[in-house]
Amino acid sequence: MSDQSQPLWKPHAAGALLGVGLLLTFVLTGHGLGGSGFTTAVAASAAHVVAPVATAGNAYLGPMVDGGRNPLDAWITWQVIGVAIGALIGAISARRFKWSVDGPTRLGKTGRLTMALIGGVIAGFGARVSLGCTSGLGLSGAATLATAGFVFLGGFFVTGGLLGMATRRLWQ
Amino acid sequence: MSFPLGDTGLLSGLVCGLIFGFALERAGFASACKLTAQLRFRDWAVFNVMFTAILVCAVGLWLLRLAGVLAADEIYVPTTYLWATLLGGVGVGAGMAIGGYCPGTSVVGFMSGKIDGLVFLIGIVIGTWVFAGAYEGLTPMLEARPGPEGQTLSQLLHVPDWVVLLALTAVAAAVGWLTTKPAARI
Repeated sequence: MSDQSQPLWKPHAAGALLGVGLLLTFVLTGHGLGGSGFTTAVAASAAHVVAPVATAGNAYLGPMVDGGRNPLDAWITWQVIGVAIGALIGAISARRFKWSVDGPTRLGKTGRLTMALIGGVIAGFGARVSLGCTSGLGLSGAATLATAGFVFLGGFFVTGGLLGMATRRLWQ
Repeated sequence: MSFPLGDTGLLSGLVCGLIFGFALERAGFASACKLTAQLRFRDWAVFNVMFTAILVCAVGLWLLRLAGVLAADEIYVPTTYLWATLLGGVGVGAGMAIGGYCPGTSVVGFMSGKIDGLVFLIGIVIGTWVFAGAYEGLTPMLEARPGPEGQTLSQLLHVPDWVVLLALTAVAAAVGWLTTKPAARI
């Protein structure tokens, strides 16, 4: 057995499988795939455990935990568990699983993890502003030809491209 | 039998998610370096994978609707709130340029062993709390400039769906052709 990881799939092959999976999701459930719906449920549940009174009184999180409801008791939780299992099967079967820190190669580990945390905070905030992330609004929205999906993708790629070019020296 | 089935159970979630996670891993999207290389225009995999998936699914939905097996009004189409939809895209794009992932891909990254994927996920939860704290002040912006409910590009442009599908195919094919040749021009 070699240590060499298997090559990635061609973008159009991986995209075709993703498209078939997304189509299956629509046919089964009536909606698409998501990501930030799950992290929102985690945020609401965690807040409810740590600070139940403040959470119940919050205009955004309150309704999610109202009357003892568990925000994690939802389809999106099973879907994200599925994503995790699928990704783990993919990584292990291609011998790509490795504990590591990815990210801007010019920075040390602390710098990379700090950037990941800041980026996560901004993305988490942004995904609540737009009521969806790259999966739920960008991918699934655009697949229904929704104007909203394309407006989101426009903001995503223009901002990402400008900041990506501005920070390119950190990554190479 | 008519579709969608409206199946929101455990098994459909696990199966759909599993395909999603596996495809993202095979695309290389467990790596922040690979994902952000798109934003530096060094690697067009993010664009090509996403657009291929959008087209495959959109054409599939269109054909199933034409065949009369899929009820169009039971397929969820998100509504535009111009500022919120656009600024949310700006936030998620900035988050990827800075932190290397988006919400879905950070799960995939963590599952292939990337510690920064886990840290990004924790950041998303913190960002959600910050949003919840600011929610009441943000409400006027979040609800500003709503578009027609569930509006599609075809409705916006007053053209049939197949015209939009053809135009998107042309864009995807042109970008794909320019960016996947052995001697990439860009």
